Amino acid sequence: MPVELKMPALSPTMEEGTLARWLKREGDSVAPGDILAEIETDKATMEFEAVDEGVLERIAVLEGTENVKVGTVIAFLRGADEGEASSTPSPVREEAAAASDGGASGDPEKSTADAATLVPAPAHASHPAGSHRTASGRTVTVREALRDAMAEEMRRDPRVFVMGEEVAQYQGAYKVTQGLLDEFGKKRVIDTPITEYGFAGIGTGAAMAGLRPIVEFMTFNFAMQAIDHIVNSAAKTNYMSGGQMRCPVVFRGPNGAASRVAAQHSQNFAPWYASVPGLVVIAPYDAADAKGLLKAAIRSEDPVVFLENELLYGRSFALDEDEEQVLPIGKAKIVREGRDVTLVSYSIGVGFALEAAETLAAEGIEAEVLDLRTIRPLDRQAILDSLARTNRLIVAEEGWPTCSVASEVMALCMEEGFDDLDAPVLRVCNEDVPLPYAANLEQLALINADKIVAAARRICPK
Amino acid sequence: MSKPHDSAPDAQVPSLRSLQDQFASNTRYPASADEKLAFYRQMLLIRRFEEKAGQLYGLGLIGGFCHLYIGQEAVAIGLQSALNPEVDSVITGYRDHGHMLAYGIDPKIIMAELTGRHSGISRGKGGSMHMFSTAHKFYGGHGIVGAQVALGGGLALAHQYNEDGGLCLAYFGDGAANQGQVYETFNMAALWKLPIVFVVENNRYAMGTAVERSSAETEFHRRGAAFRIPGMHVDGMDVLQVRQAAEVAFAYVRDGNGPVLMECSTYRYRGHSMSDPAKYRTREEVQEFKEQRDPIEAIKRLLVEDGTAEDDLRAIDKEIRAIVAAAADFAETSPEPEPEELYTDVLVDSYSGSAPAIPAAEHAR
Repeated sequence: MPVELKMPALSPTMEEGTLARWLKREGDSVAPGDILAEIETDKATMEFEAVDEGVLERIAVLEGTENVKVGTVIAFLRGADEGEASSTPSPVREEAAAASDGGASGDPEKSTADAATLVPAPAHASHPAGSHRTASGRTVTVREALRDAMAEEMRRDPRVFVMGEEVAQYQGAYKVTQGLLDEFGKKRVIDTPITEYGFAGIGTGAAMAGLRPIVEFMTFNFAMQAIDHIVNSAAKTNYMSGGQMRCPVVFRGPNGAASRVAAQHSQNFAPWYASVPGLVVIAPYDAADAKGLLKAAIRSEDPVVFLENELLYGRSFALDEDEEQVLPIGKAKIVREGRDVTLVSYSIGVGFALEAAETLAAEGIEAEVLDLRTIRPLDRQAILDSLARTNRLIVAEEGWPTCSVASEVMALCMEEGFDDLDAPVLRVCNEDVPLPYAANLEQLALINADKIVAAARRICPK
Repeated sequence: MSKPHDSAPDAQVPSLRSLQDQFASNTRYPASADEKLAFYRQMLLIRRFEEKAGQLYGLGLIGGFCHLYIGQEAVAIGLQSALNPEVDSVITGYRDHGHMLAYGIDPKIIMAELTGRHSGISRGKGGSMHMFSTAHKFYGGHGIVGAQVALGGGLALAHQYNEDGGLCLAYFGDGAANQGQVYETFNMAALWKLPIVFVVENNRYAMGTAVERSSAETEFHRRGAAFRIPGMHVDGMDVLQVRQAAEVAFAYVRDGNGPVLMECSTYRYRGHSMSDPAKYRTREEVQEFKEQRDPIEAIKRLLVEDGTAEDDLRAIDKEIRAIVAAAADFAETSPEPEPEELYTDVLVDSYSGSAPAIPAAEHAR
């Protein structure tokens, strides 16, 4: 039997990629370590190496094919000691043919997994149809939206610059700063050593001197090394100086759980930073908010902690071609209207809440989904207004429950929304444990739509 | 195959000792009579101001932590007198009163900050450890040991970014010199050739811990060697030496050569803070510095040798005492901040979407 060569996962969060180029042809012999193909993800181009010796008997996915799912069989390798006989299925010939005639190829289970490829990257399944649609219908990923926000602000204001690990030559560890070095040069796109405490301090000091630094943390887990400068240096400067000295710095990077990276790399710091007076804390969900709020963050005179999410980087959302809009900081947004229960969330949790709302709608429960967008200052009025309409509220948060943003929203509902409550406010959070590595345990620990649905059923009358 | 460097490491850098050698050839700044008199006045102002602050602390008019600069005056005056006040920036830790006075900032508003009054330089919200004057390019006044070094790196980055020709003077103590972020900053400052002079004010004690008990390398000027930062070792009790060292270091930094690490050996006469009984050192040790190494007495002797009349010096003393008395009076009589000040300056911008936080007082009702 020939060995099936499958589309490899090149990063913890990769779901699909483009088979850019085959470096071996059918019939070529292959030794372990030979580069078989180049595979492009939205982040990088990677080489796909052979592990076994043999002959490349058949190529199942042609070069240039986009959106090939991880695990798809892309070629067959005949072992060195096997005969010539071949029983491999037909390859996917042309993308177009495959797309229009998905069932035609030999193994619909496998090799057509990439068949649905010509459709532009689809919006996330939980995306409510139409709610984000704009006139142009263009979609962009959150990653592109963030990059565009920085590029636009850097064009507009020469004081704005980016610094962090791998932001320049490497084009960003998660490719969020892709292309910035080429456009703005190394003076304004600065690669730092791995030295978070030091470069967070340097960025903060540069802001004190009147520049507009964007300090990228590869992830916010590493920002704990630098949290002293965020809290003690940046947040308190304006107050301690009696309004004399400002600190307009943006600290940004991915926050929260990624995928299978375990406890030290999976933590939501929103409640930590949101507890600090003097900081603005933003955690957007979709591309338009990512762009509009990052632009606002860069223009803000205050220090901003801008919490992104790795799992959202590659997700596409509709965004107007000419969207240069700077969105208001401190304003929540109703992303789905409903009368029976309010689901309050932010960042990746919004996706789960929208998914839950779909399920609940089928059961006759109309959930309103409120995306906080800014965690500090919190849009208290938007929460209370929604509660006054629905009289039931659940906070969905991808993070620990104890001393969480959820805790804060619940306290607000008790203090100021008590008379509007028809049921106890519930929170749906991650389990109160360090995030485990094992796939099944990780899944159990994290928030998902089903958990939100279950909570809603508890407090909504049949 | 990796092979060792072809050249000796120091061949790539002129010499990590080049500045020290240059300085050693002439350690005394050739001050004019007027300059010497100015140094005397400024150091005396710091001395008398700090003595008064100590007094007010004892009377309960100054609260919290209060770190006096008595004994270290020559460092701030020697260095800051060599700055270009139009462009250069200064940052230090919490022992910051002297550095502000060295700038000529009004002693009244500094003292009023110490007493926590509305007319204080931070409107009473910063206190002794957190004072700033952006007008003078004085960026604090930082309470976390070592933080000012990285922040100073940022100020230097801004000088380089803006191409304004300025440099940053970042002071820290022998205690802060053991913080990790100091070395993170050394690395980036050298890597990017930032215009910054790192000044270790080695007053021998990190709070109550003598340098020998805290530091494997007590020659702090050597600690930049791993980053190819040239070091200088200066007698911080001699204002003319400090000033001369500043001339050498600043010229090097302004030429775009990157950072300098300057160690100033100095001594604080008082405890670490007002609450420190200073049991970790002998009375004799303190006495020896006061009697034989005092920076103000030293410059005074030079002035007398130069023929300055004793009466003229006495007149300066009197004038300084009057300035300090007026500052103390101002600081005692100024009103405290209005209660509304509690909520001002938390954020600069207002974010319309958010309802204001409920004041605690209303909560309690």
